[in-house]
Amino acid sequence: MTSKHERDEVLSSGSGYEKYGSIYLIWLVIFFVIPVIVILAYSFLTRDYQGGIILKFSLQGYKDIFNLNYLTVFIRTVIISFISAAICILIAVPVSYYIVYSKLKNFLLLLVIIPFWTNSLIRIYAWIFILGNNGLINQLLLNSGIVNSYVKFIYNNAAVLLILVYTYLPFAILPLFSSIERLEKQLFEAAMDLGCTKRQVFFKVLLPNIKQGIVSAFVFVFIPALGTYAVPELVGGKNSRLIGNEIARQLTIARNWPAAAAISSILLILTIIAVIVFIYGGEKRETR
Amino acid sequence: MPGSSVSIIEVDKYFGDFHVLKNVSLEIEENEFFSLLGPSGCGKTTLLRIIAGLEDVDDGDVLLDDKSILNLPPNKRPVNTIFQNYALFPHLSVYENIAFPLRLKKFSESEIKRRVDWLLNLVRLEEHAQKKPSQLSGGQKQRVSLARALANEPKVLLLDEPVSALDAKLRQELLIELDNLHDRVGITFIYVTHDQAEAISISDHVAVMNSGVVVQYGTPYEIYESPADTFVANFIGESNLMKGDVVEILSDEYIVVEFPSFGRVICYRDKPVKVDDTVLITLRPEKIRIMHNKPTPSDGVPGNVVHGIVDEVIYMGYQTKYFIKTDEGYILKVYKQHVSYLLDERIIKWKDEVFLYWNPDDSFIVEVEEN
Repeated sequence: MTSKHERDEVLSSGSGYEKYGSIYLIWLVIFFVIPVIVILAYSFLTRDYQGGIILKFSLQGYKDIFNLNYLTVFIRTVIISFISAAICILIAVPVSYYIVYSKLKNFLLLLVIIPFWTNSLIRIYAWIFILGNNGLINQLLLNSGIVNSYVKFIYNNAAVLLILVYTYLPFAILPLFSSIERLEKQLFEAAMDLGCTKRQVFFKVLLPNIKQGIVSAFVFVFIPALGTYAVPELVGGKNSRLIGNEIARQLTIARNWPAAAAISSILLILTIIAVIVFIYGGEKRETR
Repeated sequence: MPGSSVSIIEVDKYFGDFHVLKNVSLEIEENEFFSLLGPSGCGKTTLLRIIAGLEDVDDGDVLLDDKSILNLPPNKRPVNTIFQNYALFPHLSVYENIAFPLRLKKFSESEIKRRVDWLLNLVRLEEHAQKKPSQLSGGQKQRVSLARALANEPKVLLLDEPVSALDAKLRQELLIELDNLHDRVGITFIYVTHDQAEAISISDHVAVMNSGVVVQYGTPYEIYESPADTFVANFIGESNLMKGDVVEILSDEYIVVEFPSFGRVICYRDKPVKVDDTVLITLRPEKIRIMHNKPTPSDGVPGNVVHGIVDEVIYMGYQTKYFIKTDEGYILKVYKQHVSYLLDERIIKWKDEVFLYWNPDDSFIVEVEEN
């Protein structure tokens, strides 16, 4: 039966996808799962004072971080990440709405994506060039006589926030754009027709229907912000060190690898909890 | 709840350079079922959206009970709209969708429940109250949007192709339901459609639109039986449109027209014409009788008899569509209704020789070209 044979061939060709999938799986295991396990394992080993570890079980890494009193750094990291995620969403909702209904939709989306084409370090240095003590804005202010000495725009928490928002805004715009684009415009017209003011259309129709997009946008900004390193390193002040900086310090300067691994592990667990809370919370509201 | 009359007064509307509505005027009586009929792009939906307040006019006025509503925003107009693709709020249940306009008006919970229950009963969706729109069929979704639009007790209900997304059978059911609903709530319905069968089957009055202009206004009978021009004759129902020259004036009522590919027939003189004028004649396929034997003219009624051969037969059960090739080679559409049990008759088959007969009143002038 040739037809059955052909059909079997067609059906089995679906397994081609599985082959491609397995390549990605191997990639993930080698470059993601195994390193994470190594980090977890290092956090329970003994510190070698030259850097590196000795293969002997120990909880000293965790004890070290409690002794070093990292609680404030953890709290600062969570607060700064939370605020930057919140600001990103406040900006991204109206911006995404505007892009969806703009005639220049594709061009504006391109503008959102263009920053990805440039290295993030270079973009941070560009901000330093603009906001720095000898930067563009200070030069202008000094030359025009508005101020007598330079204004300290960077090396503080506000600068960290500003640049985090700048860096992660596209991650908030893209999921919100797609969830707003999915909505029919007639929903808003129907709402007005049924008696909504423009404000009520926003709160009673638009927001409830893009909840999932808001949750995604929040996760996409909050999670990478938790682990951010370069931004506070380059534009942060003494009091804006985040967890990422502490991990790097333990690894490179203090040479306490178990402690660095322990902080990483705690950050990882925090992140996983945050993701579960956001996604599960979002779904629960969705199905109510 | 009593409905309102709607007056459209010399409305003009442009989209950029495109003149969508050209000086459109219409009177819609209170509590009537009114249809705006036309092909896509004729401006009918734009006119509906203007009444709803979702579009502005460039010129002209829209009156509701003789008062202009143009300066009212859509949420302040006593008018509600049924959208073609339902526009139900996906995050709300059926119950909450219908309660939506009532909650905006801050009714008490018990009053909301009383009204929503009444509306759910009206559209027969009681057992689906707690479902989400995504769990409903197309017909059910449209009934929810009907109930939701009626919750505000509007004076005028605007329906934008409300059944066009449904399949044929469901479309019929919902049309009958709409008609019953109109009788029960007794408000003005303005119904937009491109489907002539829908429009003429349920409306009190129909306005036929083409390219931003109202080409004919009237009752469904007037529109069908006496189309104002070629466009309406073609758009509403089916017709045989034939071009010929007037060769003789028989009386005030009848003329003889000669068709190059058809021969001479007697036509109704519904427009002033003289000999040698070129006229466009329309003849509905169902007005032609088809038979094997040549009919004998009786009691002095003038009739047209044409001889031909059956070129195509489309049997549809309740009727048969014949395409008859006349001796001169012209193809005439003839629809025969089966009012009796067909197997007892001598059925007209492909290649049969047949005679066609019709009353001169049924072939009439739609357009005149003076020569």
